[in-house]
Amino acid sequence: MLAKRIIPCLDVRDGQVVKGVRFRDHRIVGDILELAIRYRDAGADELVFYDITASPEGRSVDRSWVERIARVLDIPFCVAGGIRSVVDAEAILNAGAEKVSINSPALENPALIDALARRFGSQCVVVGIDSETTAEGYRVHRYTGDPTRAGDAGRDTLSWLREAQDRGAGEIVLNCMASDGVRRGYDLTQLRTVRAECRVPLVASGGAGSTAHFIEVFHEARVDAALAASVFHSGELAIPDLKNALRLAQIEVRL
Amino acid sequence: MSTVVIDSGGANLASLRYALQRLGADVTVSLDPTVIRQAERVLLPGVGAAGAAMQRLRSAGLVPVLRELEKPLLGICLGMQLLFEHSAEDDTDTLGLMTGRVERLPASPELPAPHMGWNTLNALRADPLLAGLQPTDRCYFVHGYFASGHLPDVVATSEYGQSIAAVVRRAHIAGVQFHPERSGAVGAAILRNFLNS
Repeated sequence: MLAKRIIPCLDVRDGQVVKGVRFRDHRIVGDILELAIRYRDAGADELVFYDITASPEGRSVDRSWVERIARVLDIPFCVAGGIRSVVDAEAILNAGAEKVSINSPALENPALIDALARRFGSQCVVVGIDSETTAEGYRVHRYTGDPTRAGDAGRDTLSWLREAQDRGAGEIVLNCMASDGVRRGYDLTQLRTVRAECRVPLVASGGAGSTAHFIEVFHEARVDAALAASVFHSGELAIPDLKNALRLAQIEVRL
Repeated sequence: MSTVVIDSGGANLASLRYALQRLGADVTVSLDPTVIRQAERVLLPGVGAAGAAMQRLRSAGLVPVLRELEKPLLGICLGMQLLFEHSAEDDTDTLGLMTGRVERLPASPELPAPHMGWNTLNALRADPLLAGLQPTDRCYFVHGYFASGHLPDVVATSEYGQSIAAVVRRAHIAGVQFHPERSGAVGAAILRNFLNS
């Protein structure tokens, strides 16, 4: 049976892994390669490297580290940040990444999703959605790495989800902004709503603070994978302990 | 004499090459029929679409080479699917080295497609590729098309709403639907078994 995936997310800035609270005030938590290997050894099922500064400032990620990671890492990893074209994606995939994840550039140019899916196959194309809960419902936000430009993207989360998967997204990472970095649990209501519309793998992001949060997101929102950062980087939750607890809760995991 | 990875144009070439190099293999990446005929063993990787991949093999003159190859051949992911007779992806005739056709995985919120993640293998019969593996071992899958686990050349299946072909074998030709190069220590063991074939 297919296992639910545990995915540490390493937010990258200038070759260092950083993490902020609610997308702000980032602090350095460690070296990329060192952390990648540590998480692989701990039993991470996949890693996401997200350059939080690249997309809003119109820069591309420094890609030398992608190849360094690919040479040593034997689990899948995804690279996000500043991927604006087929050429950008090709460089990252050729360097050895399994997938690329696009967020703000897909909002600027939705046809980028189609182009990437045609060229590399949907399985390589992840669409990240930063979603805020508002009085009008769930709204997509863009440029969330940059406090000076961050804001509503003018789209409803569910309609953007449908469009992204129709255009060929092979996986959706739903980052629920209200819960991100505050460790009070995943936004189960929003994830359940999105799950009902999502026929590609769905990754929950934002809010993981304890083992119980992972158990409930798999049981109640039926997501395929759960992504987290600070709870792992702080050492508060060790992946082997988490996976044992999930197994005891009858959730299929890779041990 | 070396291990040749066919430059099938897919995006997993680098990760496969690095995985083989970690095992100490002497790896050449090539699309040249002469190099491939002289190889000790050949891997056919593939990520992308069946139509484009077959076009690339045809243009390089590799279709007859692969059909006549007498060395160990391992197809990976799309490379495994190309071993069958036909793929519903781009309605493409493929290499015809295995019996059966490749179909599209149905997608729903209950059973999303692609089939993505770590799944177990159910061995139907012993195979040298699977030597030393445990029933609880998992491999990393990412695919939106599949061959049925009920086809005659299937040696191991995985369950994803239905039985799908995970490992196939006919004589010296084998294929794996998952990515051994991204399947941790289990994948490394499978690649090592292939390198020892």
